Amino acid sequence: MSVLPRRRNGEIPATDGVVIRMAGIRKVYDTGKVKVEALRGIDLVVHRGEFVAVVGPSGSGKSTLMNLVGCLDTPTEGGLADARNRRVGFVFQSFNLLPQITAFENVEMPLLFGGVGKRERQARVTELMDRVGLADRMEHRPTELSGGQMQRVAIARALAMNPDVVLADEPTGNLDTSSGGDIMGLFEELWRQGRTLVVITHDMALARRAGRIVEVRDGLILRDEPTGSVATLREARASHG
Amino acid sequence: MGLLIGMRQLGRDLASQKLRTFLTAFGIVWGTAAISLLLAFGEGFHKQILVNSAGLGENIVIAFPSLTSIPFEGLGKGRRILVDEEDIDLVEKGLAGISGEYADTFKLLYNTRTLPVDVSGVRPVFGDLRNLIPQEGGRFVNALDELDKRRVIFLGNELAKEIFGSTEPVGKTVMLLGSPFTVVGVLKEKTQDSSYSGRDKDKAFVPGSTFRALTGAKYVDNLIFKATGTDATEGLKADVIRVLAGRHRFDPSDKEALQMWDTTEGFKFIDTFMLAFRAFLGIVGSLTLIVGGIGVSNIMNVVVEERTREIGIKMALGARAGSILRQFMAETMLITIFSGAIGLLLAAAICAVFPEGFREFVGKPVISPSVGLLTAGLLGLIGFLAGYFPARDASRLDPVVAMKL
Ligand SMILES: Nc1ncnc2c1ncn2[C@@H]1O[C@H](COP(=O)(O)OP(=O)(O)OP(=O)(O)O)[C@@H](O)[C@H]1O
Ligand SMILES: [Mg+2]
Repeated sequence: MSVLPRRRNGEIPATDGVVIRMAGIRKVYDTGKVKVEALRGIDLVVHRGEFVAVVGPSGSGKSTLMNLVGCLDTPTEGGLADARNRRVGFVFQSFNLLPQITAFENVEMPLLFGGVGKRERQARVTELMDRVGLADRMEHRPTELSGGQMQRVAIARALAMNPDVVLADEPTGNLDTSSGGDIMGLFEELWRQGRTLVVITHDMALARRAGRIVEVRDGLILRDEPTGSVATLREARASHG
Repeated sequence: MGLLIGMRQLGRDLASQKLRTFLTAFGIVWGTAAISLLLAFGEGFHKQILVNSAGLGENIVIAFPSLTSIPFEGLGKGRRILVDEEDIDLVEKGLAGISGEYADTFKLLYNTRTLPVDVSGVRPVFGDLRNLIPQEGGRFVNALDELDKRRVIFLGNELAKEIFGSTEPVGKTVMLLGSPFTVVGVLKEKTQDSSYSGRDKDKAFVPGSTFRALTGAKYVDNLIFKATGTDATEGLKADVIRVLAGRHRFDPSDKEALQMWDTTEGFKFIDTFMLAFRAFLGIVGSLTLIVGGIGVSNIMNVVVEERTREIGIKMALGARAGSILRQFMAETMLITIFSGAIGLLLAAAICAVFPEGFREFVGKPVISPSVGLLTAGLLGLIGFLAGYFPARDASRLDPVVAMKL
């Protein structure tokens, strides 16, 4: 989980305290017949300890943005100082759980890759499954779970390695208001522990609980402003170094 | 990733892909079993042919002195050529071994039983030449027997059974030509597909010197000799004829005077036949391997395609390309080892239940574990290579790209 796969060209140095820095990022999907310009020039800086909500209509490029931030994909153009060398936890919009193994084993996977010992894995997975309210579903396969339950397994998996940065794509999309709120509470708690969070959501009510809202439209950042609804960034960073 | 964890994950992954695991395994099982069986039967068949022909002796020449058919140096044709021990001593040099054989049928007595027996008087080397191997606790006629004209007798196994039943023959005394003979050995059972004067199992052998002394015989009925190597046989046959022709004054080109049966010709035929047979097996085996290899590699290819998404997800969760490839390698190896072993066992089982009755003709199939292991290894390698490169490519993709494939 720790170090991200490969180094790429177009990298720009991150200054201290900067977790994500994007400059003039473009992403074009070439499907052969048509070229889709998903991102058309994104400039974005996220500091350590920030809680950023990304909003925007469907197809605006939010997921694409998250994949690039997480180094899971390569930008067509532009500079990127990314979350490389930090632990990043992903919650995918489509969950991306491995269907042939149990919920427990899915959550355990990053710990396996991270070389965590058996006993610790057991404890950690149990704790996380409990946190997302699925203590009684550990031995279920993803196909035996509801959409919201799968989403919660995906969240537990993202948090398994205690990541410095959590990138979550619609983590509450399949949840009712109350469980969605619970998950958002979980994120707030992580943020309070000093983690950097970037959460994509459709739900403006949830977005307003973040410290900063970035609105994406047609592959461009339309709006980027603090919400003032949570403790200010400066405070957060001061108290957690 | 610890080895145990790796194994656990591996078992889980294999179990979750039952069909393709089964297909890959089946390809290797089938290929290994087919090729092992093919070679096992080929080898068994070859051995059986050799055993059957070696019953008479390996690469020996049997010579029968008879009548001249061409006049020579003023001597008319139809003259009998008589070969004695002196002749044998003369031609012995340069041969791997030579023995005269004096043969006759005598009455043999044991207790109250009497039976007619074909008896041959021979030199000790006859036993080696004709593959007369004694059963445990016995021996063939030896040099001292020959020197001292001892009254010892070596019995064919069937004959021994007829005389003694279940009693141990060695050490017993039988009466032959009015003299007591001590049984020194009994023939170990052998297959013999050809003979010139009855099967060895029904015959009795005594020292040539004893035979001559008791019967007054002076001339051999036939000669048995062997060259040091198969290639030398032709030359030595000519040498023997030249020496004897000079001594007995017959035309060396006279084919009748000393008729020869060269068994090496048969062995040469068997060698050629086996070469062709082997080539045939080789072609069939290679085709099996190619077909199996294509099957296995296709399956592995599909497997990787199916698993590209999985590889992408694992990469996004922090797996290194190396550990993904290692797991892949371990899986292939596990499948190969298991299937190879099953294939070998299958082949061994088929060989084990192979009906006894056919063995006389096609022999006992002999499994060669090294061939089986090699086959399984080769199929495994093919499967591995077929899977490795796509898997490596998949692990080099951007995780998102792999996940969406
Ligand atoms: N692999 C791909 N190949 C081609 N086009 C793609 C691919 N992935 C995304 N796109 C296109 O890029 C654009 C942005 O997609 P993206 O998934 O980033 O949108 P989004 O903002 O996450 O939407 P949603 O809210 O529905 O998840 C869309 O028009 C989409 O069709
Ligand atoms: Mg999306």
